[in-house]
Amino acid sequence: MMMRIAALLIALALPARAEIAIQTVTSPGGITAWLVESHDIPFAAIDIRFRGGTSLDAPGKRGAVNLMTALIEEGAGDLDAQGFAAARDGLAAQFRFDSSRDDVSVSARFLTENRDQALALLRSALTEPRFDADAVDRVRGQVLTGLRADEKDGEAIAERLMAARNFGDHPYGTSGDGTIDSVTALTRDDILSAYKGALARDRIYVAAAGDITAAELGTLLDDLLGGLPATGAPLPGRANLQEKGGVVVADLPGPQSVVQFSQKGLPFEHPDYFAAVILNEILGGGRFGARLMTEVREKRGLTYGIGTGLASLDHAEWLVGQFESANTKVAEAIAVVRAEWAKIAAEGVTADELDKAKTFLTGSYPLRFDGNGQIASLLVGMQMIGLPSDYPATRNARIEAVTLEDVRRVAAELFTPDDLFFVVVGQPEGVVSTE
Amino acid sequence: MLRNLGLGLLAGVCLAAGVRAEPVTSFDLNNGLQVVVIEDHRAPAVVQMLWYRVGSADEPPGKSGIAHFLEHLMFKATDDMASGEFSDAVSAQGGRDNAFTSYDYTAYHQRVAADRLDLIMRMEADRMQGLVLSEDDVVTERQVILEERNQRTDSSPGALLNEQMAAAQFLNHPYGLPVIGWRHEMEGLSREDALAFYRANYAPNNAILVIAGDVDPEEVRTLAETHYGPLLPSDAVKPRLRPQEPPQLAARRIVMEDARVSEPYVIRSYLAVERNPGDQKQAAALVLLAQVLGGSSTTSVLARALQFESQVAVYTSAFYNPTTVDPDTLNLVVMPQPGVSLADAEAALDAQLARLLDTGFTPEEFARIKAQLRAQDIYARDDAQQLAQEYGEALAVGLTMEDIAAWPALLQDVTADEVMAVARAVLQDRTSVTAWLQAEGATR
Repeated sequence: MMMRIAALLIALALPARAEIAIQTVTSPGGITAWLVESHDIPFAAIDIRFRGGTSLDAPGKRGAVNLMTALIEEGAGDLDAQGFAAARDGLAAQFRFDSSRDDVSVSARFLTENRDQALALLRSALTEPRFDADAVDRVRGQVLTGLRADEKDGEAIAERLMAARNFGDHPYGTSGDGTIDSVTALTRDDILSAYKGALARDRIYVAAAGDITAAELGTLLDDLLGGLPATGAPLPGRANLQEKGGVVVADLPGPQSVVQFSQKGLPFEHPDYFAAVILNEILGGGRFGARLMTEVREKRGLTYGIGTGLASLDHAEWLVGQFESANTKVAEAIAVVRAEWAKIAAEGVTADELDKAKTFLTGSYPLRFDGNGQIASLLVGMQMIGLPSDYPATRNARIEAVTLEDVRRVAAELFTPDDLFFVVVGQPEGVVSTE
Repeated sequence: MLRNLGLGLLAGVCLAAGVRAEPVTSFDLNNGLQVVVIEDHRAPAVVQMLWYRVGSADEPPGKSGIAHFLEHLMFKATDDMASGEFSDAVSAQGGRDNAFTSYDYTAYHQRVAADRLDLIMRMEADRMQGLVLSEDDVVTERQVILEERNQRTDSSPGALLNEQMAAAQFLNHPYGLPVIGWRHEMEGLSREDALAFYRANYAPNNAILVIAGDVDPEEVRTLAETHYGPLLPSDAVKPRLRPQEPPQLAARRIVMEDARVSEPYVIRSYLAVERNPGDQKQAAALVLLAQVLGGSSTTSVLARALQFESQVAVYTSAFYNPTTVDPDTLNLVVMPQPGVSLADAEAALDAQLARLLDTGFTPEEFARIKAQLRAQDIYARDDAQQLAQEYGEALAVGLTMEDIAAWPALLQDVTADEVMAVARAVLQDRTSVTAWLQAEGATR
């Protein structure tokens, strides 16, 4: 078997006993995967991503990619849904199929003792899904159940409002799950089109970890994925954040309000990205000691938890946060968030905060590479944002290189208190929509 | 506070974990602290979990929620550390820390680089007996737990229903009270309540230390003796003699209506035996029974009958936690398709239970379940924290290292006849609670 195997040994900046060695493996058919071999436990994890995800839904077919993804395991080749599940469970293999606004993901764990059979089954799901009429109806019913539940769920309502107000007509502006009407109207042909558009070799990323060699992985890549079409549906264009500050309130009975808030973010490629990561950690890292957690929870008892995240998506980037507060306390909590936003924009952070955030971010990074499933998932994520396979060895240096001057400058540029946009779902006292 | 009291030196025996594949060492300190070390050298990380054999089912009457409230307050000051310093110190090492409370135990855990174990052991030992609570910290944190109750329970009709069901299921046992507490009692929990509960229950002879990850058992023993060894055992720790259930004589029914319900469902709980030291066979058979009934969303008895052969349900499930101090419940859920009433869904559930008791289940399904349970022992080794959880939980409810070692083989050895026997014993109307959750004003 001819195969290119480039091995890159990457020593992480930590006590040296365990190192993560990422190999890149390219199959004869030209599919590349990253691999971390580890033969301690007789199983392996493989993670496959297809760029595009639910944002590939055709006009009027919202929810097609999501429903298609949920159906992939519900019958394939000569097995119906019952037969497929029985075969998978008999091998004790675990497959997870999921879709997001940027990808369709496939995460599999399988035992070494029956790897070939497990992967033959996975190949069948990926390349020969049946989309039987009874399965379509049954799974559609489950999706509709979720959609009806979302209509009474504060977090789901807030997410949909945030998306709609910020991204408008772009696919990011609506939920990839679709609506009750759109999902009800989907036909088997719509699902087949979604399948052909979303699962193709021109958008594929693969990583594996565990009890499998580079040679074995190289062979199975073509077996597993070679049967997929060469090209899929075109990706959507850029999504521009539309909201410029304000408050929107949606009524929902209950003791608490769900609050989500947003403003612009930074793309991963931006030279100030790591300064922004540090600033986000100091302000809204979802742990004790972060400013928002200290001010809103620890000092005032206004919430059980609060955090922010820098979300750099394929077609947009934003800074988003969330908390829940009793309806009587939401107004105060929002005021505290606004004050912290203004404070960090005006004053930046202290040298001590910067040092602590750096220690946390650099110290926690190697701890992420824990377990085969986790490693495969991290590696495939790195590929999707275009990182080289030596990135884990260089990442902490990028954090360390950020200076106090950098974070102060970036804080003033990044945090725009007037543009902070709040969605409040509940029956908050003293909070009104600004329109 | 100095704790250099010269106790807890060089105690303990090593115990191999039998058939299980993960390398495990266990020993006791002289002050009664039980220590378990699980080695996993694949990544330079370590997990510390400290488990106390006390949970919400051990609370004094009228003080529901105090075990969980104390768990929150344990992140405040000690005589050696300022409020919040514990978590700050873990974060400063790139680590994560948290804690959780259940009916039977309270556990504190951290995950850090393996060479920082000394620090987190020192801090965890420090707060076992050195907690210092200010009135301000208590008042503010009480608001936090009330917000937690708002978020997790009062905003969720399903969570509220679970509380009502437990209260109906247990006539006498404290499993009928919610872990987080009833709101009106939470509002009255004081600094003195927390400290009294702390003094009565937090001691080395009431705790289990689990260290999992890239560590050497002998090094862990040395560190444990250094940091935990000086702690004094407490005479206040008493055996857990909780009020037990009388014979349950009548099936109970609940209908809960809530405007926030979009998808109605029916849920049934049956009183069910748990794992006991040296006596885990019935619990093992119950694990298999729950799997047979609702373990797979496709091929299990309920899914096949109610979602495939008929279109009664959009979702079915069965669940059972075998690892508790006292008997808990086996639970079954059916969420009907739109247009199918809860009465019809419940009738379909009952028909399947009757069919199971009459004709049993297929050997193929049984074989698949056992293959998955066997594989679970392999997959579980990928996650040191999960292993630490499994050992800590079992030891905290009173099981032994021998019980933990025997458990996987016991699951494999369960026969179909044993599953049927336990099904006949447990699926009894008079020990059951059946609950309907539906929107306000829905027709019954």
